[in-house]
Amino acid sequence: MSEPQKNSVELRDVHLSFDEKEILGGVSLSVPSRSRLVVLGQSGGGKSTLLRLILGLLKPSAGEILFNGLKVNRMGRLRLNRMRQKIGMVYQYSALISSLSVRDNLALPLEELTSKSRSEIDQLVDEKLALVGMSEVRDKMPAELSGGMRKRIGLARGIIMDPELILYDEPTAGLDPVISAVIDELIISLSEKIGATSIIVTHEMGSAFKVATQMAMLYKGKIIACDTPENFKASTDPVVAQFIAGDTQGPILQSTPS
Amino acid sequence: MFGPWSAIRTSLQHLSSVVWLLIDTIQEMGDRVVRGRMPFRLSIFFAQTDRTGVGSIGLVSLVSFFIGLTMALLTGYQLQTFGQEQMVPGLVAISFTRELGPLMTGIMVAARIGAAYTAELGTMVVSEEVEAIEAMGIGPLRFLVGPRVLAVFLLLPCLVVVSNFTAMVGAALISRWAFDTSVHHFVHAALESMLIRDIIAGTVKSFLFGLIIGLVACYKGLSVRGGAAGVGAATTQSVVTAITVVIAFDTLCNIVLVALFNS
Ligand SMILES: Nc1ncnc2c1ncn2[C@@H]1O[C@H](COP(=O)(O)OP(=O)(O)OP(=O)(O)O)[C@@H](O)[C@H]1O
Ligand SMILES: [Mg+2]
Repeated sequence: MSEPQKNSVELRDVHLSFDEKEILGGVSLSVPSRSRLVVLGQSGGGKSTLLRLILGLLKPSAGEILFNGLKVNRMGRLRLNRMRQKIGMVYQYSALISSLSVRDNLALPLEELTSKSRSEIDQLVDEKLALVGMSEVRDKMPAELSGGMRKRIGLARGIIMDPELILYDEPTAGLDPVISAVIDELIISLSEKIGATSIIVTHEMGSAFKVATQMAMLYKGKIIACDTPENFKASTDPVVAQFIAGDTQGPILQSTPS
Repeated sequence: MFGPWSAIRTSLQHLSSVVWLLIDTIQEMGDRVVRGRMPFRLSIFFAQTDRTGVGSIGLVSLVSFFIGLTMALLTGYQLQTFGQEQMVPGLVAISFTRELGPLMTGIMVAARIGAAYTAELGTMVVSEEVEAIEAMGIGPLRFLVGPRVLAVFLLLPCLVVVSNFTAMVGAALISRWAFDTSVHHFVHAALESMLIRDIIAGTVKSFLFGLIIGLVACYKGLSVRGGAAGVGAATTQSVVTAITVVIAFDTLCNIVLVALFNS
């Protein structure tokens, strides 16, 4: 708490196990304010879990997680709720409320957490829907939408409160190339316009290098590399090099038969 | 480790989790009130009261009507052999206000509403909706659990009144037909026999059962693990647990009442 808040998020030696199985074994990571950190890692490697830890949805078995210098893992339920209002999460599988229409899904956090009027809320909803190119589905139910459409609605919901920190869990997976490029640009412009910090989990190398100002590689429960995109591209680390190139030859598959 | 001890231990663990659910929900709702906001939107609460209360009236009145009717008929024929069929109104009135009304309504609401709550919340857990609500900082307990538990808690007693009333109607009609007791006399005798104490006992039980059913259903729903099969299993467990706990508490209440008032 003493240092100035230059790091939006900081993880210190975070450990986490699910039923005896260690998923994260000492993750340390700092995310400077206003940066865009892309986290790479194998499927099932614990990337989504990492985002849940930052939101305080899971408690680490050891280590510390800080958001704006405050210890997330020590917060009680009420303080967590207040902290989460400053964080937007874009879910890998959208996680829209199936009983609410698209409009109501986006309006929900505004209605519950702010004292904005109905017309202000409607205006914000329309604005965010336009950002993700989904204005025409405003009154549809989530079940009537395709996976990619739901994903974009999920993204719009994640940014509706103008959060300081936005966590994207595979925001462009399953989207067509044009929309993916639109989303990539949206991620960049959000961080530049409102000054939001972003943590982006993605498997698409193209968009990873496009949006990143920082990159980190999660491998076997640890951050094995954290660097600028340029250095990442030129990395001589066999794991990083193999992952970026998408090679079948290298240490990754040999050591984890999954 | 099987056997009675581990069973008792798991039951106690569940019990403490349910109590914590209640405490956390109250805390989350209280935090909102302190900040000068409604704990939840009234429209959400009324949607729940509508399906919990208004939606259950049909089932509760139909079943209670038949139980009241059958009870009057069976006891009436027995009592008739002693020439005591004038006791039927009192018998039905006392058994329903104090015992059968809350119990039968509790069982019906556990099956109808408890199951719906568990399935609904369980499905929301599986599709990460509950987590998303939590991640937005909305507080799933006050938003999802609060209105539901409050709806059963407040509306079960109302349903019990409906149950008592329709049971009396059923009993009065059959008495009129089978034992020539006039409706006027039936009502008079029934009111005569009812004691304030029985009515209070029945009301207290009703609130308690409503709370139990709501909490058990929400707890089971929120602790669903493992997809569609998990939702199914949790729904069954929710109904079975709620009914068992309701009957257990009913017995406990009766023992306490008898010990206190010796009747
Ligand atoms: N609730 C849970 N209970 C038990 N194990 C879990 C749970 N959630 C995740 N896991 C396990 O944790 C590991 C990491 O999961 P996570 O979802 O974080 O992976 P990921 O890196 O996001 O993968 P992907 O790229 O496929 O989304 C997986 O092996 C998974 O089986
Ligand atoms: Mg994931």
